[in-house]
Amino acid sequence: MTNETIEQRLNRAYSAGFESAVDADTFPPGLTADVVRAISARKNEPGWLTDWRLKAFAAWQAMPTPDWAHLHFPPVDFQAISYFSAPRSQADGPRSLDEVDPELLRTYEKLGIPLHERAALAGVVGAEPGTSSNIAVDAVFDSVSITTTFKDKLAEAGVIFCPLSEAVHTHPELVQKYLGSVVPQRDNFYAALNSAVFSDGSFVYIPPDTRCPMELSTYFRINARNTGQFERTLIIADRGAYVSYLEGCTAPMRDENQLHAAVVELVALEDASIKYSTVQNWYPGDAEGRGGIYNFVTKRGTCLGKRARISWTQVETGSAITWKYPSVVLRGDDSVGEFYSVALTNNRQQADTGTKMIHLGRNTRSTIVSKGISAGRSQNSYRGLVRVSPTAAGARNHTQCDSLLLGSQCGAHTFPYIEAANSSATVEHEATTTRVSDDQLFLCAQRGIDAEKAVSMIVNGFCREVFRELPMEFAVEAGKLLEVSLEGAVG
Amino acid sequence: MSLIVIDNLQASVNGKPILKGLTLTIEPGTVHAIMGPNGSGKSTLSHVLAGKPGYEVTGGSVRFKGRDLLAMAPEERACAGLFLAFQYPVEIPGVSNMEFLRAAAEAQAKARGETPPPAIDMMRRLREIATELGLHTDFLKRGVNEGFSGGEKKRNEILQMTFLRPALSILDETDSGLDIDALRIVGDGVTRFLRDNPTHGVLLITHYQRLLNHIVPDVVHVLTDGRIIETGDRSLALRLEEQGYVGLVDRT
Ligand SMILES: Nc1ncnc2c1ncn2[C@@H]1O[C@H](COP(=O)(O)OP(=O)(O)OP(=O)(O)O)[C@@H](O)[C@H]1O
Ligand SMILES: [Mg+2]
Repeated sequence: MTNETIEQRLNRAYSAGFESAVDADTFPPGLTADVVRAISARKNEPGWLTDWRLKAFAAWQAMPTPDWAHLHFPPVDFQAISYFSAPRSQADGPRSLDEVDPELLRTYEKLGIPLHERAALAGVVGAEPGTSSNIAVDAVFDSVSITTTFKDKLAEAGVIFCPLSEAVHTHPELVQKYLGSVVPQRDNFYAALNSAVFSDGSFVYIPPDTRCPMELSTYFRINARNTGQFERTLIIADRGAYVSYLEGCTAPMRDENQLHAAVVELVALEDASIKYSTVQNWYPGDAEGRGGIYNFVTKRGTCLGKRARISWTQVETGSAITWKYPSVVLRGDDSVGEFYSVALTNNRQQADTGTKMIHLGRNTRSTIVSKGISAGRSQNSYRGLVRVSPTAAGARNHTQCDSLLLGSQCGAHTFPYIEAANSSATVEHEATTTRVSDDQLFLCAQRGIDAEKAVSMIVNGFCREVFRELPMEFAVEAGKLLEVSLEGAVG
Repeated sequence: MSLIVIDNLQASVNGKPILKGLTLTIEPGTVHAIMGPNGSGKSTLSHVLAGKPGYEVTGGSVRFKGRDLLAMAPEERACAGLFLAFQYPVEIPGVSNMEFLRAAAEAQAKARGETPPPAIDMMRRLREIATELGLHTDFLKRGVNEGFSGGEKKRNEILQMTFLRPALSILDETDSGLDIDALRIVGDGVTRFLRDNPTHGVLLITHYQRLLNHIVPDVVHVLTDGRIIETGDRSLALRLEEQGYVGLVDRT
């Protein structure tokens, strides 16, 4: 298929009309090398990037779908998915909140985003970002970033925070150097797919010895029906730099399962520190497991320099299926990797999450704290790898893996993999499984607290160690999400 | 109106009758002590009154402040002012005492149609109460009973009672596991609470008369085999301490 025929199809698809409240022009379903070229063309990408995508596509075609995770779902028909969707006329944004998709506003409301920030988030022209908040937001709406705020303040500090598609043009040397340097195109099936068709995402660069003056944040939301989401985020902290990045997302009710295959790459140079926090609340499907998002994400960071530090904190409550292992490659000597995770599954949700800590440098340290909560008939698996290579003398890892069960029909599974090839390494693994006991619930009831509130309190207590790692605003939001996600789990 | 009127209460666990016709009335502002051998049904009584699941009431009635207690859910009973200090307090890891009691106070205020006091006031009061009970204020930040020693758990029950100001408290062997100083502190704490809340009623379950030196009871009952077989004043407790339960016969 040539670019022209794609464009024609595109127009036809558009004139046929779409259900979404936001007009989106969308590629017809299907994936070929031509579609990959068309995506690249639509984004005016330089030739090197088109080639990069095509290489990924070729690799992807040769790869089998991974089937080792503890998950069961019908095979995804990759030819039934549309690989590009962009909101129209993004240049002239809405004039006021009245013109913004009410569904988007409702989502913001549910997330508890303050009123004064919603306009900026929704890309209202001339909207002033709230002064009370110290969070810069780059909202990804469908496949293209529609708004970026706080740019000036960041520019002053020399921080680059923009859509990746923009960075390709404004900072090609950085993108070309680091894109795929952490997650190569052929890393795994979903990463290869993402590399071929990635839509957009955030790009962050913090210059040497700079502390990013605010938390950086992105709210993702899946909107258009049957539109796969292929965000790609790249964060680089140069020597001695520090950045805290927050990612949060939610999706409205959907009938069909939707595929989400994002890639996040973090690069921390000498003495740099990156803190990446996620609160994820995608539609998990109804009580019977219908609908919901398939979340297959590759997140990885490299501590390139000495004493670099990368910390992943995640709170996962959503998705029908989650397949996600934020990892750290500890290359620099004395570098530190951390993974703090809460994964909650309810109803028929399935989650297979965990982390990989790859120790390459000397005296590298990693900490893993994983809290899994299973309710309903859900299955919750922790899968973690700690690898100490022969070069990693004095490496240390501590893993704490706790499961909390609500009810008797759910499952919690732990799959720790330890590969220690250096005898001076210390690797510790602790695991516990507990239930919310009747005696605990009765104690709460005896003090006047009903079962629903009691469970949410007990679950929040169970997650304390992880919530402590989240920025304040996120910790509150995470608590709320757990409460909402557990609705109906007791009774 | 009587605080609680228990009339011919019968209850079973797993089909096994434990309470076999228990009758007891407590008036506001009075302290009743229940003594009795191990396994006689003292904790069962406290659990049935608090509405713990797993017990089947097979006969009799209980009126609490004029309401049918047995028809109320456990949390409703709590909100109506019935408090149980557990013989074996359970732990809730990660949920701080402070947060737990705040949730309890808020739930109870809401059920009574009141506005809960501001968090800052609750915190101040909790610190005061903890200090009075010889608990370091750090205990408020720790998980509910998480890693507390046996005696600390018991003191924590009294802290909760003092903070929540119930109308009737059932203290199930709060004295067991307390060292001599702690016993005095807890005794003084309950006495102070009674002075500050003159209409408050107490049902004290204990094996030892020495607690009654600190919390002076108005009435003492002896419970054996699911029934109260003797009721008297303080001297009954002293007599029991000397003679044990063997000399007592069911005179009802
Ligand atoms: N779940 C149960 N199943 C069977 N029997 C039970 C159960 N719970 C309590 N019992 C029995 O009921 C009887 C009364 O127990 P309870 O705990 O009320 O005694 P108690 O008077 O509080 O004793 P103690 O002084 O040792 O605390 C005991 O014989 C006990 O074994
Ligand atoms: Mg007992």
